[in-house]
Amino acid sequence: MTTIQPNDGDFKNLRSQDRPAEPSVDLFVPKPLDATVREELAAPAPTFWKEARERLFKNKGAVVSLVLLIILGAMSLIGPSMNEFTYREQHIPHSNLPPKVAGLEWLGFDGKDVNGVDQYAQRGVETNYWFGTDEFGRDLWTRVWKGTQISLFIALVAAFLDLVIGVIYGGISAYYGGRIDNVMQRIIEILTGIPNLIVIILFILILEPGIRSIILAMIITGWVGMARVVRGQMLQLKGQEFVLASRTLGASDSRLMRKHLLPNVMGPIIVTVMFTIPTAIFFEAFLSFIGLGLQAPLASLGVLIEDGYDAIRSFPYKLLIPAVVISLVMICFNLLADGLRDALDPKMRK
Amino acid sequence: MKRYLIQRFAYALITLFIIVTATFLLMQLLPGTPYSNAEKLTESQRAILDAKYGLDKPVAIQYITYIGNLVQGDLGYSFQYQGRTVMSMIGDRIGPSALIGLQGLVFGTIIGLVLGIISALRHNTAVDYVSVTIAVLGMSIPSFVFAALLQYYIGVKLGWLPVALWENYQSTILPSLALSVTVIATVARFIRSEMLEVLGQDYVTTARAKGLNESGVIWKHVIRNALIPVVTMLGPLAVSIMTGTLVIEKIFGVPGLGEQFTLSILVLDYSVIMGITLLYSALFIFVVFFVDVLYGLLDPRIDLKGGSKA
Repeated sequence: MTTIQPNDGDFKNLRSQDRPAEPSVDLFVPKPLDATVREELAAPAPTFWKEARERLFKNKGAVVSLVLLIILGAMSLIGPSMNEFTYREQHIPHSNLPPKVAGLEWLGFDGKDVNGVDQYAQRGVETNYWFGTDEFGRDLWTRVWKGTQISLFIALVAAFLDLVIGVIYGGISAYYGGRIDNVMQRIIEILTGIPNLIVIILFILILEPGIRSIILAMIITGWVGMARVVRGQMLQLKGQEFVLASRTLGASDSRLMRKHLLPNVMGPIIVTVMFTIPTAIFFEAFLSFIGLGLQAPLASLGVLIEDGYDAIRSFPYKLLIPAVVISLVMICFNLLADGLRDALDPKMRK
Repeated sequence: MKRYLIQRFAYALITLFIIVTATFLLMQLLPGTPYSNAEKLTESQRAILDAKYGLDKPVAIQYITYIGNLVQGDLGYSFQYQGRTVMSMIGDRIGPSALIGLQGLVFGTIIGLVLGIISALRHNTAVDYVSVTIAVLGMSIPSFVFAALLQYYIGVKLGWLPVALWENYQSTILPSLALSVTVIATVARFIRSEMLEVLGQDYVTTARAKGLNESGVIWKHVIRNALIPVVTMLGPLAVSIMTGTLVIEKIFGVPGLGEQFTLSILVLDYSVIMGITLLYSALFIFVVFFVDVLYGLLDPRIDLKGGSKA
């Protein structure tokens, strides 16, 4: 749930100890308060965020996911530059080499192909390709991490833009209410009636293929969910006393929104964003898989899975490695989002 | 009730009309031409083709013609397949899609319900953790990744089922299974949390207090009540099945609508893309409408007359 965070400034003039005790008509004299005693009694109030953090850290699945996501994110940044290859550099003599890592042979990283032949020994290749190479001899280690980087980038940007549009739209709709709200809600109702995958595919078709079009196509309908969450929360908050109090004290519209409404809807917003990210990763991979994604030589996890799927019989590692990475990323985001929802909204906990 | 139904139906129609219009306009913006071998066509050949498909007329006229034909159930001709109407192509291909879609939906719902119910009844035990893990995996692993892995391990390595052939019933098993994964996960998660909520309700305590045996409580009071909201999952499930068929049919070589759609996209067969888009949208809108009505009938607490949905 949300906490009530009255703003100190609004109440400054009302503190009773600031005023001298004066006898009133019915001879009621306020008892002077001993400020020091009160301060001694007050325990350090745990803030909402601190409590939420504690709850989140108690959830093992969420913590493990968070750590894994940090590792995966870091690998997507440093992975591509960890060896001497680049994601687009082709080296035909070294094409289709299975993965080989010195010391990890027992895990299947032994450089042997599906027939059990050590391709490295047979072709006399000295360098070890940790995740193998593709049909053009490009290093898959570099490509997988580069792909993770691009997939994460697309998902994060799309989620962020959804957030901005959704918060503005939902906020305006809830805050002004009445006719504006009515019209804005009808628009949302129609948009949710359209299967968004279809919209995404149609928009990708008319835009130039690339990272920007994928992001654009995804946010065209993606923000609707966020707008609904924000509106629902705002409507709930609008009727609460602290909002009335602040308004009575003369707070402006924008101050109310910034200082009182937005901080209180942060929880559900964060949770919605966290669930948007895996969805965006899925859509990107999906589009690449049906051939509407990024163009070569760029790599995303979806592109790599598509390439790997074409060669599944002879070179299963080409599919397995990006499949494992995308699944890990999605699992971690889902678990972390679950954990965050429980931590930020204890009432929803089930 | 009647007024609500009419209002909802009107909304559904308006949504559909907007989709038709938007799709039509988007198709006008598409780059490239739908004709195969367009570069070999002479100026006059193009003019003849344009006239045949009505592409020589202004966009507004084309739009009105399209809507007029649509109302009569005519979706036009395919640009790629000579003389085939879009309607007949959809008719040919809807069967396999519907078969694997329904099979996946039914199988997934049953398994999902069983998993979710057991996991709620054995809350915080090993059984619960296993089923929650299955649900998280099913939600997270993209269906086409799962499909590809199924195909590789069961089809190629073990050789139990056909890989990418469409001939007999056995061919439908793997695609349906791949489609059902998301359904299992979604339904299991949903029913588990519903069950846990119902288990905490006062009327369950009352039922126990009056001496009803445990199986009676579970079957008559808990499961019955927890099942009602599952109806609302039909909309999202229909979407996940549709999304799934687009890629899974490609993977398993199912001659269905999804495969036709992805093919048509790659060759820019406008009329087929539009036809299938409209079909998918209409199906989705119908499911949402149906769920709204059904939910109102199932749960008497929801007041349909008030106009505001719960």
